[in-house]
Amino acid sequence: MIFQDIIFYFFSTVLIASALGVITVRNPVYSALLLVLAFVTCAGLWLLLEAEFLAITLVLVYVGAVMVLFLFVVMMLDINLDKLREGFWKWFPLGGLVALVMVVEIAMIMFGQYFSLEEMPAPEPKAADYSNTKELGRLLYTEYVYAFELAAVLLLVAMIAAIALTLRHREDKKSLDIAKQVSVKKEDRLRIVSMQADKKN
Amino acid sequence: MESLRQLFEQIFGTEWGSMLFILSTNVTFIFAIVVPLLLGVAYLTFAERKIIAYMQIRVGPNRVTFFGIPWLRGWGQPIADAVKALMKEIVIPTGANKFLFILAPILTIMPALAAWAVVPFSAELVLADINAGLLYILAMTSMGVYGVIIAGWASNSKYAFLGAMRSAAQVVSYELAMGFALVCVLMMSQSLNLGDIVKGQQGGNMLHWYLIPLFPMFLVYFISGVAETNRAPFDVAEGESEIVAGFHVDYSGMAFTVFFLAEYANMILVATLTALLFLGGWLPPIDIAPLNMIPGFIWLLLKIAFLLFFFLWFRATFPRYRYDQIMRLGWKVFIPITIVWIVVLGAIMQLPESIRNSFPLNLWF
Repeated sequence: MIFQDIIFYFFSTVLIASALGVITVRNPVYSALLLVLAFVTCAGLWLLLEAEFLAITLVLVYVGAVMVLFLFVVMMLDINLDKLREGFWKWFPLGGLVALVMVVEIAMIMFGQYFSLEEMPAPEPKAADYSNTKELGRLLYTEYVYAFELAAVLLLVAMIAAIALTLRHREDKKSLDIAKQVSVKKEDRLRIVSMQADKKN
Repeated sequence: MESLRQLFEQIFGTEWGSMLFILSTNVTFIFAIVVPLLLGVAYLTFAERKIIAYMQIRVGPNRVTFFGIPWLRGWGQPIADAVKALMKEIVIPTGANKFLFILAPILTIMPALAAWAVVPFSAELVLADINAGLLYILAMTSMGVYGVIIAGWASNSKYAFLGAMRSAAQVVSYELAMGFALVCVLMMSQSLNLGDIVKGQQGGNMLHWYLIPLFPMFLVYFISGVAETNRAPFDVAEGESEIVAGFHVDYSGMAFTVFFLAEYANMILVATLTALLFLGGWLPPIDIAPLNMIPGFIWLLLKIAFLLFFFLWFRATFPRYRYDQIMRLGWKVFIPITIVWIVVLGAIMQLPESIRNSFPLNLWF
């Protein structure tokens, strides 16, 4: 057990440090990269909880796709940090209040009746052939299929809305007709001219 | 093995001994995978230069040899290249972000090597036999793009940044098609474990390989793999006629070589995965006497070499795609194909048993 404790404290320390770094470092590219580090260490913590499917999906979805696009945008922006920091003390009371409310809420859940440590003991270690993925899939497509479909439709709506908002038709746009390009034949482009052969010296 | 474990337990005590034993065996296994892999990378560059040279009616590297043996001419070239790269200075451009500039090649090679942890080389030979093996590989390979993006940004150069942007968009779009193609494989095998996926293709001959029922997915996966590794004809990220050398234009010496190593290690990884998922991995094409005497590892190597030849062949044959053509192929061709195929496969899986069995060639289940 001591080995797992060491790993847990290591991952937690890195997670908290990188999460703090996200909001304190001056360079926005660094803070995006620190967020990536936070996700990866969080995945490590989930692996400790034997939630391998969720852990790997976290890396696959957030690190592999979402944060790539995030980083992409952050790198192209020319962010003026001094301007961003101007209103810090003005908004500090409001931000502090929100943080305090969040801490109280988390404390109410963690020390409350239903989710306290006594109520939620560590789960039994599963056998080696137990597949987290299969279990999750079974639950998701039977018991929670309604919520799952709703979430899928929500994402689809968001996707179509994003496309509809950015799609504009321009009259002066030049575009290619790929089908036309593919169906081009030799006769359309090439003219074969027969020439008399030169005499060899 | 067992006597070694006992030796460890005698020296370090029962509790620490078994832990240290597991640690040291795993480190040995890791070296046993990484060292041949890096040698394979070195000789893949040699094979590439030779094969492309012969395709273009040239000779290719034919000077460097070992100990002056004449028939080994050219075989010393990768070693000579490595030594040259080690000797060169790593120039860090002014205005570059030093930390990220050095970090980028490391971030590129890390996932390229880490993904090999779950790759099975034969029915027993695997470092980490985890249940979610395929997902793990997908997650690792999706992290490779960070090195490219960070390299492009940290170089503080327009060409490098353009290359990085192209690469990021390309990799993210082809990952989707790749993932959907793999969903079909998972539906057939009903397992995420790579060893189980290969075992699902057993059945005596190559008609049972997933290549046959999932042929369109094989094409989508392999072509997406070529795009993911930024190889020709999808190498707009380093298109030398447009943006000098793309994201690694400012890199020199060993820092450049690490990018190079990662690219070739990724090529071998994609070829290995294609062999495992679609070409039956270590299974022989026909399970009869002379063919099944050959160890499975050799079959896997032969399949990998066959697929790697395609990578080199593509590079020698096809002109580079234009950027909008790449995007069109990924989003408008591959993703619709894969989605349709998932629906078709799901419909076949839901057919009643009697109808499925009456198929003329029941390759599906």
